[in-house]
Amino acid sequence: MASQEMEQLVRREYKEGFVTDIESETVPPGLDESVIAFISNKKGEPEWMLEWRIKAYHQWLKMTPPSWAHLDYPPIDYQAISYYSAPKRPEDRPQSLDEVDPKLLETYEKLGIPLHERAALAGVAVDAVFDSVSVTTTFKHKLHEAGVIFCSISEAIRDYPELIKQYLGTVVPVADNYFAALNSAVFTDGSFVFVPKGVTCPMELSTYFRINAANTGQFERTLIICEEGAQVSYLEGCTAPMRDENQLHAAVVELVALDDAYIKYSTVQNWYPGDENGKGGIYNFVTKRGDCRGDRSRISWTQVETGSAITWKYPSCVLRGKDSIGEFYSVAVTNGRQQADTGTKMIHIGEGTRSYIVSKGISAGRSNQSYRGLVKIGPRAKGARNFTQCDSLLIGDQCGAHTFPYQEIGNSTATIEHEATTSKIGEDQLFYCQSRGISEEDAVSMIVNGFCKDVFQELPMEFAVEAEALLNVTLEGAVG
Amino acid sequence: MLEVKDLYVKVEGKEILKGLTLTINAGEVHAIMGPNGAGKSTLSAVIAGKEGYEVTSGSVTFEGRDVLEMEIEERAQAGLLLGFQYPVEIPGVKNIYLLKAALNAQRQARGEGEMPAPEFLKLVKERLAQMKMDASFLQRAVNEGFSGGEKKRNEILQMLVLQPKLAMLDEIDSGLDIDAMRVVADGVNSLRGEERGILLVTHYQRLLDYIVPDRVHVLVDGRIAKSGDAELARELESRGYDWVVEETAA
Repeated sequence: MASQEMEQLVRREYKEGFVTDIESETVPPGLDESVIAFISNKKGEPEWMLEWRIKAYHQWLKMTPPSWAHLDYPPIDYQAISYYSAPKRPEDRPQSLDEVDPKLLETYEKLGIPLHERAALAGVAVDAVFDSVSVTTTFKHKLHEAGVIFCSISEAIRDYPELIKQYLGTVVPVADNYFAALNSAVFTDGSFVFVPKGVTCPMELSTYFRINAANTGQFERTLIICEEGAQVSYLEGCTAPMRDENQLHAAVVELVALDDAYIKYSTVQNWYPGDENGKGGIYNFVTKRGDCRGDRSRISWTQVETGSAITWKYPSCVLRGKDSIGEFYSVAVTNGRQQADTGTKMIHIGEGTRSYIVSKGISAGRSNQSYRGLVKIGPRAKGARNFTQCDSLLIGDQCGAHTFPYQEIGNSTATIEHEATTSKIGEDQLFYCQSRGISEEDAVSMIVNGFCKDVFQELPMEFAVEAEALLNVTLEGAVG
Repeated sequence: MLEVKDLYVKVEGKEILKGLTLTINAGEVHAIMGPNGAGKSTLSAVIAGKEGYEVTSGSVTFEGRDVLEMEIEERAQAGLLLGFQYPVEIPGVKNIYLLKAALNAQRQARGEGEMPAPEFLKLVKERLAQMKMDASFLQRAVNEGFSGGEKKRNEILQMLVLQPKLAMLDEIDSGLDIDAMRVVADGVNSLRGEERGILLVTHYQRLLDYIVPDRVHVLVDGRIAKSGDAELARELESRGYDWVVEETAA
């Protein structure tokens, strides 16, 4: 097949590119202390939180954006971004779905997330973040009975200040990196999950993020804590409308697992990637880190990344507890002019810690993708083990795939295994399938899904189906 | 059912087929033989639609349709199926999934609905048994880690499930031991029927002891130099190809 046809095949339209016409309250673009105070005030935050934000802001002013990633984009004008946008509605949060603006619910329907039905059918509790505020959290009551707290981070700051003070910023410190500092100053919403000792969360928890208003950034902040022996599975999904200008998304996610706790965090990210010429699209600069603080704790990141113009994201695990386990399963698909620099960091500190990395990168069109992974074994991490598998699949001949594995081994008892492959989607494979009567499009999706299987099987069942569907949409072409 | 007329084909600028003409009727088994580099595999690849083969003149029609104008998958849906000499591996895609997708794609193209799952499973299990293959084959990724013999059996398994009108088998005997050869040949023989044509491409006469062809063609330098019945194959076995080559040159 000619590469031109191949390119056509992988071209697609962004299906979530609608704008919801909702009156919203948006602050003018620009960032200074008064904007931060405005946000903090809007959220009804206590004084200490505002101080925390202002401190982060001053930290951020002293920092410079990272330049080491294999990404090419013009400098971001942080004064051109609006840092707060909320759908206008009565001051009080809706107490039930009936009180939620029907247009918002319609938006979620379009995204294929009918909150009520979906939540009810699947037993999924959904926290939906629309621009900067959390719209509704379903199933709050049932979770409450189990002792699980699942609410927006703003609510948590008001209602559970002790937990916030104890954990916020302890995994990703304010000064960790440029984007984390910015997020700490201006974060507007996100989810908070607390699972107490010995409790297994009775349902999957889920958040959907959507950027709707123009010229806004989305800075959500998520904090998940599992006490001793607690378990939770959490999924986030993301979309944004099509816009010509770039939008910034700079989130911070912090996970804390105490002794014997298990946190499974899955992401299906489908932010608008920009058009085929690279115009528009989300800049996705995200810091995600899990802290296996307790012995035998386990944190597992699974991500399916198909969107965003620029992705800069390295979900990581700090393996502090003895015999703790960190896992990273990733499928990243780039198409058009998308650029992604993504991977993970596994920091082995405790004895007998283990980490497992499976990364599958699929590049199509003129996109560029890099896997960047660090495995660091500290001097006290006796008997630590890592296994890394990192595979790239190229579709067409105008895309790029790169692998940057870093290893810092400070301990002779460690075992490190690294496997990497790069392959072109075989014209032979395509021909084989087609010569059996299978259409080109179906053949591509079959081969790609096969390539991603190791990761998809890590996703919660119903989301695995969703991820497969999303992948098919992503690689759906204009054939015929 | 298949008519190839005066076919000229270039591969990477080099002329491989130079005026090949061949007619296969329903119910017939044809064998294409010939020395290495004569263009044997090129013929079946062109008919199946493989990229990189440039047809400079001539025609290929199947049941009256212009094959060269059809998409690859349309050719398969029309009943033209190629069994590969070197079947490719597709990691992560289960064999049973490929079989099901292929069968249903072909059925849908014919305006039939998808085959119900129980019926499909029954069909596949019968065919597996026929090919002396274990059910675990279905759960393995397509051709991944298969031995040479397993790959060839798998190709015939697909033929048995998909039931093409014209089965083209490219060097299906290469790399097979005698037992595997028997199983493969039995599979092919079971495909023989009044409605079906079979085109065997082979270098060795050995296969033709098990699958006795109606017609044998010797391909030399891009065209059919000599045709005959099964007896011709035996003659080639004892005398080699040189005499045909010399006869052609004369």
